[in-house]
Amino acid sequence: MTEPLIVTRDLAKEYHMDGYTVVALRGVSLEIAAGEFVAVMGPSGSGKSTFMNLLGCLDSPSRGDYFLAGDRVSELSGDALAAIRNRRLGFVFQNFNLLPRTSAVENVELPLLYSQVPADERRHRAMSRLGEVGLAERFHHQPSQLSGGQQQRVAIARALVNNPVLILADEPTGALDTRTSFELMGLLQQLNRGGMTVVLVTHEHDIATFASRIISFRDGHVLDDRRVERPADAQEMLREFDKEAA
Amino acid sequence: MTWLASIRIALRALRVNKLRSTLTMLGIIIGVAAVITMIAVGAGAQARVEEHIKGLGTNLIMLLPGSVTSGGVRMGSGSRNTLTDDDSYAIQREIQEVQAASPQLRGTGQVVAGNSNWSTVFYGVTPDYFEARNWTLASGRTIEAGDVSGSAKVALLGETVAKNLFGDSDPVGQVIRIRKVPFVVIGTLERKGQSLQGQDQDDVILMPITTARNRVIGGNAARLRSAGSIFVKVRDDADMAEAESQIRNLLRQRHRLQPGQEDDFTLRNLSEVLAAREESSRVMTLLLAAVASVSLLVGGIGIMNIMLVSVTERTREIGLRMAVGARGRDILSQFLVEAVTLALIGGLLGIMLGVGGSFAIGHFAEWRTELNLDAIALAVGFAATIGIFFGFYPARKASRLLPIEALRYE
Repeated sequence: MTEPLIVTRDLAKEYHMDGYTVVALRGVSLEIAAGEFVAVMGPSGSGKSTFMNLLGCLDSPSRGDYFLAGDRVSELSGDALAAIRNRRLGFVFQNFNLLPRTSAVENVELPLLYSQVPADERRHRAMSRLGEVGLAERFHHQPSQLSGGQQQRVAIARALVNNPVLILADEPTGALDTRTSFELMGLLQQLNRGGMTVVLVTHEHDIATFASRIISFRDGHVLDDRRVERPADAQEMLREFDKEAA
Repeated sequence: MTWLASIRIALRALRVNKLRSTLTMLGIIIGVAAVITMIAVGAGAQARVEEHIKGLGTNLIMLLPGSVTSGGVRMGSGSRNTLTDDDSYAIQREIQEVQAASPQLRGTGQVVAGNSNWSTVFYGVTPDYFEARNWTLASGRTIEAGDVSGSAKVALLGETVAKNLFGDSDPVGQVIRIRKVPFVVIGTLERKGQSLQGQDQDDVILMPITTARNRVIGGNAARLRSAGSIFVKVRDDADMAEAESQIRNLLRQRHRLQPGQEDDFTLRNLSEVLAAREESSRVMTLLLAAVASVSLLVGGIGIMNIMLVSVTERTREIGLRMAVGARGRDILSQFLVEAVTLALIGGLLGIMLGVGGSFAIGHFAEWRTELNLDAIALAVGFAATIGIFFGFYPARKASRLLPIEALRYE
């Protein structure tokens, strides 16, 4: 068996503020293999967001180890973490986080700006990624001229543009209506079928059913970790949804 | 990330908030313009002072007689009559650097013309006096060599004297009495204005030195040979210090002074006055520039203020950039470049305004202004420095944000 893409060993995170110590994560050990589609669930305060931030190298653990593709990430410095975020990870956020007054293609180019990619190639790669998420006609639209679903597609194109090994999606459907959510999940499933590892945080059960593995958090622990034999197919759900609507 | 990309991002960010960027720049624009204009005004004033003093004759050397010591009491400069007409002629004859030299014998007295009278100063001079002192006539003729050799009773009136004795009528050809000695007025002098010491230089009568000595002042035999003081004009292209030392040597020789013995005359020139005036106008320029720099400083604080607001406003953007791979130093350089761009664009507009302002002041206020390339370079350098200095704190603040906190910022 090949080495898992993600390995965490007793990963813990505590926050200190005003003399209080808030324990957000109390030692999580788990492995995620390349090509998995994992949904992380749990109520607010369960530690799922903290876990995601640690996986995304946006925060560093108080204790424990985190290996990404064999590299011990938990001991790296800020600049090295920035390089990992830049080259190996792709983020999709609930509120899209696109730069306002900046065209779709320039938004997608953003990660390449920080990895010394020449301007021509930047533009070329950004355009082809936008094409892949179905926004070939919207290159020069600004976020305010795009719908929520389209904005989230731009965000996905941006996450993909530097060929990451892992997509981290934090409540990506939180700001979208049901139909658009299905569309977006269809896109993520399609990427996953192509071999991309996806970790998704959600508190909606019907969104989690599209994943092949569901990890539930409570009070900083892993409460449940189960595989889904037959995940729901988002394309199919979308067709059914449209049929009902009609 | 390349600098070019940083600059493009900075320009885009500045364009997004056009009004705010313009207002922020205004501080720098006014500051730079003020510095350039003030330095131009100061330099103009300095140049004018220099010219003015040159007009007074910076290449003028004045020789005063030395002091006499009587029973241990030194009587001060001019207490002994050591200089003679011959000294003056010798200086003119023997020293190459000298353009003109003239003795000057001073006296005072009551002057009467018709039923007007006036108390004034008169000087006995030689024809070279006019060249030595850059003094020309307003009317009539000058004192000639024949007047000196014949002790002619002719006089030239300064403007003030002419006005007081004759009012508006022409004094040339009239007879006046100086200390009861009758003189014919042969001409009037061009107005010379105040001296550096504030004396009215036009309240004067000039006459041949021999006339003054023999017919008006009179006195003993020693005095009959003496000249009160000597005016020497050095050639424009000659070295003042060299001329001075030559004159000193010549006079020491003529007065038979032994080495080690004190000079029995005093040598003065106006270059010290010039230096003092230049210094004072330079200080003035510096002062103006310093006051103007304060506005640059205020402009810089404006930049810092806006950059801090901008960093706070764009915390989410900073978080996002960090999430997609920007390092702390990328964020630092982004905001620093933005601040410097703001300052530099402001600086360039400030130069235009400053240059325009200098011309406007020169044209409308008819003040002389002199644009100074150094001042312009200084102002731009200052603007950039201010951008870096006042941009650094906000930029560093941005670069130290934690990605996760920046992303969550509401």
